[in-house]
Amino acid sequence: MTASAIIFYIISAFVLGAGLLAMTTRKIFRSAIWLLFSLIGVAALYFWLQVEFIAAVQIIVYVGGIVVLIIFSIFLTQQSGKEMPRQSLQRTIASVLAVLFGFGLTFLQIWKYNFQPTGKSFNWTVSKIGSQMLNTSTGGYALPFEVVSMLLLASMVGCIVIAMKAPLATNGTADQQLLKKLDGKPEEELGITQISEV
Amino acid sequence: MSSVPMSHILFVSTALFFIGMYGLFTRRNMITMLMAIELILNSVNINFVVFNKYLYPDKLDGIFFTIFIITIAAAEAAVAIAIIINLYRSHRSIDVENASEMKW
Repeated sequence: MTASAIIFYIISAFVLGAGLLAMTTRKIFRSAIWLLFSLIGVAALYFWLQVEFIAAVQIIVYVGGIVVLIIFSIFLTQQSGKEMPRQSLQRTIASVLAVLFGFGLTFLQIWKYNFQPTGKSFNWTVSKIGSQMLNTSTGGYALPFEVVSMLLLASMVGCIVIAMKAPLATNGTADQQLLKKLDGKPEEELGITQISEV
Repeated sequence: MSSVPMSHILFVSTALFFIGMYGLFTRRNMITMLMAIELILNSVNINFVVFNKYLYPDKLDGIFFTIFIITIAAAEAAVAIAIIINLYRSHRSIDVENASEMKW
């Protein structure tokens, strides 16, 4: 067993252990932190596979973006120290059985098929990736690139619209609403939501 | 080349996929379900990179699929979190069992 293989098994054990803990711990903030470690482990696996570009993208987008977003949303919506309620035993057992059978079946197929590597060396460069990404001829990825850029724009606008506070229910100006409020109506009628415990 | 057989790497990605499935089955909190989906997408990405590197070393399509999946996962997480925050405003909870108005 070479040093490369030992490093691979350490990284895989780290990824799987952190992933399993992220899915089983009952404190939501710890779950997010274990997910962070699992994603870093996946980036390490890409480094081990010598695709450093994907590893860098993984760290920038997942670790720097998505996990931070998830942690912010946990702070906005949860008391992070509180434990989540325990699931019923029946559901847990059924899920474990379903997952084990699914894993067994899938891995049996992989084991029986016995993929053989071609043995040729995989030489990619960032310039190769870039020129094929913006290539409009056969095999180029210019169209998916444009579609993804439109998707990102649409999801950005969509996020802002969805997460924006709802406009006030009454159709008067702010001054009229203030007058109504001073008349002694409760705030809920004016459509003002207050988040007290954030 | 490396001394690790390809099936061991595929074992890791398969196991990561089913760990994510387990989380999706057992968790009832929307944020943790989102985390499970991220794990599943990561396992798929590992598969794409490994197949590209070992089976088709002269092509780059697996790399491109991985890049696009990462991009779409970021967009999907952002939209999901916007929906979660909106749901929290109206329901004071992000448990999927409590959001049952549109259930048939």
